[in-house]
Amino acid sequence: MRDLTVKDAINEALRQSMEADENVVLFGEDIAGGQGRDEHPGAMDAWGGPFGVTKGLCTQFGRDRVRDTTIAEAGFFGAAIGAAMVGMRPVCELMYVDFAGVCFDQMMNQAAKMRYMFGGKQNVPMVMRTVVGAGFRAGAEHSQTLYSLFTHIPGLKVVAPYSAADAKGLLISAIRDDDPVVFLEHKRLYMRAEPVPEAAEAIPLGKGRRRRAGRDVTIVAVQRMNLFAEAAAETLAAEGIDVEIIDPRTYSPLDEEMILSSVGKTGRAVIVDESHPRCSLATDIAALIAEKGFAGLKAPVLKVTGPHAPVPFSPPMEDYYIPSPERIARRVREAMDFSKRS
Amino acid sequence: MPPESTVRWMYQCLFRIRFFEERIQELAREKAVPGYLHTYLGSEAIAVGVMAALRQDDWITSTYRSHGHAIAKNVDLCEIAAEIHGRRTGVCKGRGGSMHISDFDKGMLGAFGIVAAGPAIALGAALQERRKGSDRIAVSFFGDGAVHNGVFHEAAGLAKLWNVPLLLVCENNGYAEATATDWHLNTETVADMMAAYAMPARTVDGMDMFTVYEAASDAVQRMRQGGGPELIEFKSYRFSGQYEGDEQAYQPPAEVSKARARDPVLLARNTASQLGLGGAAIEALEAAAHRDVDDAFARAAEAAWPAPEDALEEVYVAYPKDRIAYA
Repeated sequence: MRDLTVKDAINEALRQSMEADENVVLFGEDIAGGQGRDEHPGAMDAWGGPFGVTKGLCTQFGRDRVRDTTIAEAGFFGAAIGAAMVGMRPVCELMYVDFAGVCFDQMMNQAAKMRYMFGGKQNVPMVMRTVVGAGFRAGAEHSQTLYSLFTHIPGLKVVAPYSAADAKGLLISAIRDDDPVVFLEHKRLYMRAEPVPEAAEAIPLGKGRRRRAGRDVTIVAVQRMNLFAEAAAETLAAEGIDVEIIDPRTYSPLDEEMILSSVGKTGRAVIVDESHPRCSLATDIAALIAEKGFAGLKAPVLKVTGPHAPVPFSPPMEDYYIPSPERIARRVREAMDFSKRS
Repeated sequence: MPPESTVRWMYQCLFRIRFFEERIQELAREKAVPGYLHTYLGSEAIAVGVMAALRQDDWITSTYRSHGHAIAKNVDLCEIAAEIHGRRTGVCKGRGGSMHISDFDKGMLGAFGIVAAGPAIALGAALQERRKGSDRIAVSFFGDGAVHNGVFHEAAGLAKLWNVPLLLVCENNGYAEATATDWHLNTETVADMMAAYAMPARTVDGMDMFTVYEAASDAVQRMRQGGGPELIEFKSYRFSGQYEGDEQAYQPPAEVSKARARDPVLLARNTASQLGLGGAAIEALEAAAHRDVDDAFARAAEAAWPAPEDALEEVYVAYPKDRIAYA
């Protein structure tokens, strides 16, 4: 197995899905680039989106299947929904999740409700791929995660992979899935590499992954926070605290069993989510544990999130905003101290 | 032609924008400033010509390509440079960054990272000025890529219905990100689209700052006297990439060199002697602009960083402070 970056793993999942099914098509802003200058040698696949994730696909599949759009997010997401209803499997790129405000009606009211509202006769097999995350010095309108905005909506499935292998396998599942799936890619993870299977192997939606086994505390880490949770776990291991890390990978549906079984074993839970604290994945998972895992708890469920403030631009402020391994370790120690006291 | 003092300001401003953006390109290459950078190279004449036709108290909205608009709206150069460096002395205290350079006190209603966010916001300001009976107007700057977005059309339709003094300035620089404008437009020009709203609209050369000034002045004058919204599409060319680091592989060299022959700074230098600004006068203005830019960046690079906890300030007008911080 060769190493692939998250970016290249996603590219491979798209390519293999397009090779396997001619109904898989891509829409997005400059997902190829150079549209209108096709006669110029540098034009084809000039961009592959701003992060180069779709680079090379237009050369292989042509401009009919890799369709550059205008900056009209509501229009092309609506088109993806309509196309999905009559046989396509569109994978639509929203350049940054922050632009969701422009096209949210199409996802929230149209894609999500079609099947339910019209009597279960109509599926909308489409994927919204988009880019989330702070840590890029990209300011308040290019750094959000908005995980819970999508997770809140019945009818949408939500995936947020951490590793390259998960990104590939989960995207393959998302494309094959008959429901609309929101697939969130973290801009600070794109260049992280690990071994990725060459075959198009699907990873089922709704199954978490235990990234580290431990006895004392469960850290449930959302996407990039797995990286920081691992760093915190190393520090804590030196102090004799044995941390288990659960990466849910999919947030709708959520692998409740994996989270509850881990917390049942450790009796302590710290949820790490770089989003704002209110109505977040952290509060959602904390509520799950409080409701269904209370009997096994030795300490209150704790969370580590960003503040209730937009993501700032300047490096010292943005670094303060993002949960750090130190903050995670501190919360884990709090959970440990609580149950030592009582 | 504008009055002599305005002409001098226009040259000063044109040179400042050009040298400022060239410095940004150097800093980007050296990775000396954080974040995304989008320079205004090639469209300088538009900001200069339009702002020369405005008063300081008129409103504008800008985009993520905001440096040129801010400089031409007389926002302090050092405060702009410090913002791009992420410093506490930046015009937005380091919370905005390059994409959001905006100074309300200088008549800027914002610089937005979302394409087409601005026209509707400028519309609201124009409505209020008309209601108050003032003759202030609002101008929204946006790129040719924005004209397919719903918000642009919704704002245009309302502006016409409400008959408010909103000047829509489309900076047609040839590319919407990496997509050629002559491909993405269904009409010959952006101005053609405005027939749907029965809105006066023109397409004008955006490389010559005096041509820009004349077109903008005409429209501004009509609006000050009670006229309704208008659109001007200024045709320029994006010499830089969509962002710094963009390889611009999609821009054919012949097209670039054709546009370079009408570089707005070149055209302005050629016109200077006809305006009584001899070689020495222009050289002095250029030297002064270089000094101003050097000084702004030198001070910005030395300025203090914000405190990390400043991330929690000014989220709301009023809100319990302990509900902003994380646990």
